[in-house]
Amino acid sequence: MLLLAALDGLAYGSLIFLVAVGLSLIFGVLGIINVAHGSFYAIGAYVAAAGVLAMGAMGLPAWLAFPFLLVAAALVGTVVGGVVEIVLLRRVYGKEEVLQLIVTFAVFMILEDAQKVVFGVQPYFANAPMNWLGTVDVFGIYYTKYQLILMPLVALAVLVGLRFFLRRTSFGRAIVAVTQDREAATAMGIDAAKVYLITFIIGASLAALGGALASATTSLTPGIGAGTLVLSFAVAATAGLGRIEGAAVAALLIGLGRSVAVYFAPEFDVLIPYLIMMLVLLVRPQGLFSTVQTRKV
Amino acid sequence: MVRMKLAGAVLAGTVLAGALAPLPALAQDKPKELVVGIATFLSGPASVFGVPGRNAADLLIEELNAKGGILGVPVKPVYVDEGAGTNQLLSEYRRVVQEQGAQVMLGAISSGSCNALAPVAEDLKVVNVMWDCGTQTIFEDGKWKYSVRTQGHAGAEMMATLLYLMKVKPDFKSIAVVNQDYAWGRESWALFQAGLKALKPDVKVVAELFPKFGAPDFSTEITRLSALRPDVVLSTSWGGDLDTFVQQAAARGLLKQSTFVLPLAESSLERLGNVLPEGVIVGARGDHYWLHPKTKNTPEMQAFVKKYKDKTGVYPIYPTFHMQQALTGLAKAYEKAGASTGGKWPSKEQVIAAFEGLEFKSLTGTITIRADHQGLEDQMLGTTKRVPEYPFAVYDKMALYPGKLVTTPVGEKSLDWFAKATQSLVNDKSIETFDYAK
Repeated sequence: MLLLAALDGLAYGSLIFLVAVGLSLIFGVLGIINVAHGSFYAIGAYVAAAGVLAMGAMGLPAWLAFPFLLVAAALVGTVVGGVVEIVLLRRVYGKEEVLQLIVTFAVFMILEDAQKVVFGVQPYFANAPMNWLGTVDVFGIYYTKYQLILMPLVALAVLVGLRFFLRRTSFGRAIVAVTQDREAATAMGIDAAKVYLITFIIGASLAALGGALASATTSLTPGIGAGTLVLSFAVAATAGLGRIEGAAVAALLIGLGRSVAVYFAPEFDVLIPYLIMMLVLLVRPQGLFSTVQTRKV
Repeated sequence: MVRMKLAGAVLAGTVLAGALAPLPALAQDKPKELVVGIATFLSGPASVFGVPGRNAADLLIEELNAKGGILGVPVKPVYVDEGAGTNQLLSEYRRVVQEQGAQVMLGAISSGSCNALAPVAEDLKVVNVMWDCGTQTIFEDGKWKYSVRTQGHAGAEMMATLLYLMKVKPDFKSIAVVNQDYAWGRESWALFQAGLKALKPDVKVVAELFPKFGAPDFSTEITRLSALRPDVVLSTSWGGDLDTFVQQAAARGLLKQSTFVLPLAESSLERLGNVLPEGVIVGARGDHYWLHPKTKNTPEMQAFVKKYKDKTGVYPIYPTFHMQQALTGLAKAYEKAGASTGGKWPSKEQVIAAFEGLEFKSLTGTITIRADHQGLEDQMLGTTKRVPEYPFAVYDKMALYPGKLVTTPVGEKSLDWFAKATQSLVNDKSIETFDYAK
């Protein structure tokens, strides 16, 4: 039973990780708590579903949906994320946190309505990629390969890729440098504005990737962005905002906690992510993987 | 630097005070227009019902006005979004009555909204037609002079579902429930379970799962059900939640393993397309179905389905039928009240009095409004079948349960009445059955 619960938790945790790691990355570098992150998830999901449905209608082979999910995520992250960063967020860096929160919240509300205008309110789903991969039998229980294998693999690839990017590439090091000390990094010739823009686009694309992957398994309805946002906040807060590896562990912990709850105490299913977050923050207010630092400014 | 300040936002609600002085209960001169406020979900997950409801209202009111309106007075709809939350809904409801002069309000979809609006309607002395909400407790626990419901309630819906299951799968031994974690999910299961205990006390309830409203993933629930292998899986979920659950369960073979009972699935049939296999028990919170075996060929039904499909691109689902019932019932109540005032415009009190005992035709059957203002509506369930005519599942092996048979009698509480259910109900002679026909 515990093994079965763990398998479900793995798939669920992978999805939340993708969204939470984007949120965490943006906070770590830009210092902004981005409420609009939920919208990138939702728009990623809607665009992916609409594209997969259109591809199905055109009679294109189902496997083409997989590269398309990646393209859709990058497209949404670059276009929507890029516009939000350039037009709005640039003006509020370094301003009061409440102002930043209100601005991103306003963007979230506007994008929520925009989704309704563009995609309507009827539930959407495009399950072709999930069905194409088929199922796998684990102790007589059928799991979809999409959820059990593909989603955790994508999450793992993102985790490894992000680590490599930030530590081994020059642009990744520039991001780390700007995070450490923007002024000094700028003095060394790093274009901090570009670093912020690219980081925001990467973060937004990760949320959109979460949405795009989810679109094959779930129905898209108005409000999906809000639910995922709250959960990814719980993951990011549990890990410590800005911690990438921490987000992976926290997402897994919350995913597993939720699955185990459905087996042994279904009433706690909804509560578990927040109980875990509360317990962690009670013991370590800075999150599981952060160390306490003194303010620099 | 890890520092997070949580900024708390306080929402200050304004309350519109000072209701207008009540209008006299006497017949009056005809107004230029009859303003009808319609509370429906235009945002949030329940807009899957709210927007079709509004689309139907637009279409039906246009039709009604083309025929001269109600007693010669054109109807003007004003929409209020239920999705904005109860406080906002109450403020808007009052504003539409007090500032826009609505004489009638149609409110609402959510049972929570209906519970909140009934006392406000009393306060404002406005005719309040509960056009879609289902909780049976409204007229069982309270007496509301100005509110009336033009469709059945959750009790009738769950009783019919239980009777149908007992009829088509009498030998089931275990059941699991996967309902949304809010009032409807909990209440519907409580009713079903009370009836099940009375009719088939040996059935084992192997899992009671209440995933959160709007859950995007049911993998763990599905794994658990796959391991438990219950004979029957009941889910009163709806909208995106139901679509997601069915889609994920189908992908993992669960729909073939257990008999699924989905009392609200009529509203998802077209969307689910080829996902929903044959053999699933489905219902529609009433006898609504655009392929209703008795009325699918009537000119009224054919015209409605065509107009609705032309306007929206999809077939009508049950909230559109509920809206049709509310507007038809309203027009009939005005006509009845008008007949007793010698052609003068009836007062709100005369309209609400006319609702009592009113009998009117819906697109699928006949609705009767009881003395307690609760509507008696037939209930229809069926089993899905795949046919070449449509790219989605249709009803087969339909059973039509008369409203009177499955609705809790006046003065009784549904939970108590369910606990007294007897086997004779399952095969009552008044139940009509039909198979799918082209």
